[in-house]
Amino acid sequence: MLHRKSNVPFSGTKEQEQALLKVIQELKDEKGALMPILQKAQDIYGYLPEEVQKIISDETGIPMEKIYGVATFYSQFSLSPKGKYRISVCLGTACYVKGSGDIYDKLMEKLGISGGECTPDGKFSLDACRCVGACGLAPVMMVNDDVYGRLTVDDIDDILAKYE
Amino acid sequence: MKSLDELKVIREKMRGEVGYRVEHKTPVDIAGAAASYLAANGEKWDTSYRAHVLVCGGTGCTSSGSKRIAEKLEEEIEKQGLKDEVCVIRTGCFGLCALGPIMIVYPEGSFYSMMKEENIPRIVEEHLVKGNVVKDLLYEETVHEDEILPLQETNFYKKQHRVALRNCGVINPENIEEYIGTRGYEALGKVLTEMTPEQVIQTMLDSGLRGRGGAGFPTGLKWKFAAANDADQKYVCCNADEGDPGAFMDRSVLEGDPHVVLEAMAIAGYAIGASQGYIYVRAEYPIAVERLNIAIGQAREYGLLGKDIFGTGFDFDIELRLGAGAFVCGEETALMTSIEGNRGEPRPRPPFPALKGLFAKPTILNNVETYANIPQIILNGPEWFASMGTEKSKGTKVFALGGKVKNIGLVEIPMGTTLREIVEEIGGGIPNGKKFKAAQTGGPSGGCIPAEHFDVPIDYDNLMAIGSMMGSGGLIVMDEDTCMVDIAKFFLEFTVDESCGKCTPCRVGTRRMLEILDKITKGQGTMEDLDRLEELAEHLSSNSLCALGQTAPNPVLSTLRYFKDEYIAHIVDKKCPAGVCKELFTYKINPDKCKGCTACARVCPNSAISGTVKNPHSIDSDKCVKCGACVEKCRFGAIYKD
Amino acid sequence: MENINIKINGLDVSAPAGSTILEAAHLAGIKIPTLCYLKDINEIGACRMCVVEVKGARNLVAACMYPINEGMEVFTNTPKLIKSRKRTLQLMLSNHEKKCLECVRSGNCEFQELCKEYGVDDVNYFEGSENHYELDTSAAHMVRDNNKCILCRRCVAVCDKVQGVGVIGANNRGFDTAVGSAFEMGLGQTSCVSCGQCIAVCPVGALYEKDYTDEIIDAIADPDKYVVVQTAPAVRAALGEEFGYPMGTDVEGKMAAALRRLGFDKVFDTDWGADLTIVEEAHELVDRIQNGGVLPMITSCSPGWIKYCEHYFPDMTEHLSSCKSPQQMFGAMLKTYFAEKEGIDPKKIVSVSVMPCTAKKFEIGRDNENAAGVPDVDITITTRELARLIKRCGIEFTALPDEGFDDPMGESTGAGVIFGATGGVMEAALRTAVETLTGEELPKLDFTEVRGTEGIKEATYKVGGMDVKVAVASGLRNAKTLLEKVKAGEADYQFIEIMGCPGGCVNGGGQPQVSGHVRNFTDVRGIRASVLYKNDAAKAIRKSHENPAIKKLYEEYLGEPGSHKAHETLHTTYVKRTING
Repeated sequence: MLHRKSNVPFSGTKEQEQALLKVIQELKDEKGALMPILQKAQDIYGYLPEEVQKIISDETGIPMEKIYGVATFYSQFSLSPKGKYRISVCLGTACYVKGSGDIYDKLMEKLGISGGECTPDGKFSLDACRCVGACGLAPVMMVNDDVYGRLTVDDIDDILAKYE
Repeated sequence: MKSLDELKVIREKMRGEVGYRVEHKTPVDIAGAAASYLAANGEKWDTSYRAHVLVCGGTGCTSSGSKRIAEKLEEEIEKQGLKDEVCVIRTGCFGLCALGPIMIVYPEGSFYSMMKEENIPRIVEEHLVKGNVVKDLLYEETVHEDEILPLQETNFYKKQHRVALRNCGVINPENIEEYIGTRGYEALGKVLTEMTPEQVIQTMLDSGLRGRGGAGFPTGLKWKFAAANDADQKYVCCNADEGDPGAFMDRSVLEGDPHVVLEAMAIAGYAIGASQGYIYVRAEYPIAVERLNIAIGQAREYGLLGKDIFGTGFDFDIELRLGAGAFVCGEETALMTSIEGNRGEPRPRPPFPALKGLFAKPTILNNVETYANIPQIILNGPEWFASMGTEKSKGTKVFALGGKVKNIGLVEIPMGTTLREIVEEIGGGIPNGKKFKAAQTGGPSGGCIPAEHFDVPIDYDNLMAIGSMMGSGGLIVMDEDTCMVDIAKFFLEFTVDESCGKCTPCRVGTRRMLEILDKITKGQGTMEDLDRLEELAEHLSSNSLCALGQTAPNPVLSTLRYFKDEYIAHIVDKKCPAGVCKELFTYKINPDKCKGCTACARVCPNSAISGTVKNPHSIDSDKCVKCGACVEKCRFGAIYKD
Repeated sequence: MENINIKINGLDVSAPAGSTILEAAHLAGIKIPTLCYLKDINEIGACRMCVVEVKGARNLVAACMYPINEGMEVFTNTPKLIKSRKRTLQLMLSNHEKKCLECVRSGNCEFQELCKEYGVDDVNYFEGSENHYELDTSAAHMVRDNNKCILCRRCVAVCDKVQGVGVIGANNRGFDTAVGSAFEMGLGQTSCVSCGQCIAVCPVGALYEKDYTDEIIDAIADPDKYVVVQTAPAVRAALGEEFGYPMGTDVEGKMAAALRRLGFDKVFDTDWGADLTIVEEAHELVDRIQNGGVLPMITSCSPGWIKYCEHYFPDMTEHLSSCKSPQQMFGAMLKTYFAEKEGIDPKKIVSVSVMPCTAKKFEIGRDNENAAGVPDVDITITTRELARLIKRCGIEFTALPDEGFDDPMGESTGAGVIFGATGGVMEAALRTAVETLTGEELPKLDFTEVRGTEGIKEATYKVGGMDVKVAVASGLRNAKTLLEKVKAGEADYQFIEIMGCPGGCVNGGGQPQVSGHVRNFTDVRGIRASVLYKNDAAKAIRKSHENPAIKKLYEEYLGEPGSHKAHETLHTTYVKRTING
């Protein structure tokens, strides 16, 4: 598959673009500014589609491939939009030994998507994450900023229902 | 800008407030030197409040709702008109994250655990208004028949010795004056006005402090090398990209005591001749990032960062850089490459960062916990620090205790404490009467320590000798239900995910190792595969570019060393002794125990269970997907793995 | 410089301070294998082929990066190392498409060579999952086949560091790491300038030019076609390497003989086109200087450079000479002047060029490169393709006699031949322009200040009481440095020569590949360039405007340099592109 373009059409607004341009102007002369710019850009747009990376490239003169190479290296940068509800399941050691792998499998099955994907209606996206530091509550998952701990596979339906 | 004298005034003003909390923490010297300094004056601590309520604002407790608890508390206190008598302080982590949200009330030191919002009015009414401790809401271990123990008397805290974590859970991390009240920035003042850079480095060398981030390189030596290289610009970096799954001590320090890191970095800057620092912190730590930003802002405001600090002509400032989710960036050259705005790929050493580091300038990089020790070493002297620990590993080490152990949390112990003491005494042993099998230290770079080494004093060199490593201090306890092949596979999955892909051995080799492990856990492995696995492990150790690849085989090598029989059981007998690897066991129903309640059959997602009401059921192993749902449902313990 | 004494394999070795183990070993006649390492370009220690044992070191170290220090003891060929390298090769093989027999690099693949050296007897030793990639055929000049890529990243380094283009890089992470462009778009959609330097440094068959040798064989066999070939100056300086001649051998005569035996109807020389270019370009320069045109004027012979300028300095295309490149001028005259003269229908002519260049494959498809209403050049092949063609057609190159080019478009001067080296166009243009401006004959034809392989060269010449300031850059990173100076008003040159490839065409992206371990210790550009300067020095006529065939062309067809007809046929236009496509 050459040219990995997101199948979700880009819907950036003028305001978002203004905000991005402002960030770039503020940061671009700093040493090693690319990472902070990408982080802010992702804050503004929620992800880093081709259109956004192109603006960054045009404004900073950094080759787009370099930007893309950086964006695909770090797991926190996303090329596809995230769902309205972002589910992440901790697969850190503590959670893993307490069965978070099963929770993750169950979510994939329930939502009909794989990790890193977004449901077609844009509602849920699912990711695995590493330790969120709530090992005492293992196994743990997060939906946006809500944390659900001491989970069992049976809790999944109820949790999802809250967001339906 | 504050002068040293002005700093003293703040310290005098604050020491009462902080000391009030510190005082009640005896006999465990939680605030370390701060307490002894205050105690030297032999007085009762002045506080403008009759009670201090500390609510943990660390990530663990925040995620279980401590923010709301603190808000509710403030509301209730306001309602009861206690605003001028009782203060609420949001601190960093207390360490016992499993019991969160946690709240402590002084002067009694009452330790309330697993707080719920609805309990707050009662505690305020009973405890803070009427003076009656609400026993049924206390952490059960502190409640004894005739007395209530302070937290420090509990098994979890008794053996601990807090140096790096001394202020965590004591001070308000968002108030620089509280830090100053615990002798904060006094070490920086001492260094800048009374010591030469050479003396600072000598102090570090004498203390024997070794890097807490992994390999344990002597901190003083690192500084000495960087100081020796002339350059127009040098850098001091802080590695706060804590990446080991299960380790969170750096986060706790940043959340609970951010100024200690800033102060130590400034000391390092003075020692090596750097004026700029960078803290590379995981973006996954939003609370730490926020508190660091607040701390940097306050430190600048007080003139403790910036130009001409204390009027000594020394300039030092710090910038935050956020990681973006790449474990390899914990490797020093990768971290610097990342700060420079690139893919975080390591580069070969030499040249070492002390000569050519960040932006090709001489650079030192230390991790958070290392820095957290430094102001104390300056204030109390290197001998004090060197008096703790073992011959070659001085001081204390923080471990993130997790896995199959009762007391999950952060513990700081002197080097040389045994694994047994940590697991059995501090950790409260293994739950559910299970047997200890192994402890994993050092995360994906470390190894599994079997029961036979339960009494080995833990320090850098002993851990290396038994095939593991200190790493950043994750300590995961495993019981008899843990499959060691599965654990090795788990860590390999992690390194395969996190390999940067630059060098051949790690990029391809970790993947091949994982594939072999996968085969073995599925019962498809051969003894030849095992040989190949070992060969690959050794190849990666000696050929990989960076420490990530070099240590990636450790989980495999150590489990092969101590648990080879488990590998062989998977390969030859096609059995998983711990009953973890799904392909290698079947679920069966014990007809003697089965009451024929049909619960299992109803829950089975694949209709693999058949049987009639009140008669023993059976499982069709061809249809069974081994999801375990039936086991969860069975009230009679009739379903077992075979 | 101070020397440092070390022991390698027990032997005392002395090497300059600052040397790496690899360099010290080379001095001692010990070869340490490398794959990713390219001196000054790709020093990343990634492939781990060059691992050696250093006494006292905990792990094996990469010899390509590790500096020597006094008293160091190094071992380069212990059983442990030999096995380590073999295992590393086998790991690479486990994710490499092993279709060696059908690979363009079979026989001169550095990876294959190492497998042979290290006795790799089982290519499936570490068999496991493999990555599969689609071929990228979107660019005019080349194919990228990631299935063969071993991730040495030489191409990435050369694209970014040497050329300042950076349209390819490492994407993703870990086992999924792959070299590619942003959003996996095809090279043809990016601002790739088609220089082919990535191909030149690729150790395996992951990058290769689009091959047109079969089209040429078919055209020659077609009785209705009149097939004419031209060969660029730099080709004769490197073609011999493909046939076992030492680097720096001039094979002009054998090349002409081989082309004739291949069956071309005419064997001509791009040098003729180069002489024509100089006459037109010198005229344009003099005109710009005398009539207040846009200065500095920048040469336009290098299509990689032209595309670079269009993408990265679109506001500076007015500085580009409007002259077509020698190849295109030649093609234009072939299908107009020569066709008319010989009475051949230009549509029947197949205009073939042999170039040290891959960007030529892009250039022949540009707008306004069709003087006769049909493309000036129909097929362009690289030096490598020519070697393949010669071999495929069973011509024993080494046994050939030396022959000359055909008339009239085979006649050239020394000025035309030095086009193939950086500074050559400048020197050739100066020989003509100075004489034009002063009206006097030059006492000395060698403009040595602009010779040599440095990336940027500057000189000032007194020409009839006026200072003419010139600059020469090769390699696009250097071009960028120079252009930024011009843009910032920090330089007031009148004339600049820019070549896309470092060292000029002799080191072009279409030249025979030189393996890393040779390249790292050899001045490839300098040695090849020396062929051209020797050729120039030996020529009777060394100034383009004195080429009798060119003079005749103007007399018979074009009139004056810069005439209306010359403009219609020999000049072109440029487009403004952006840095992202």
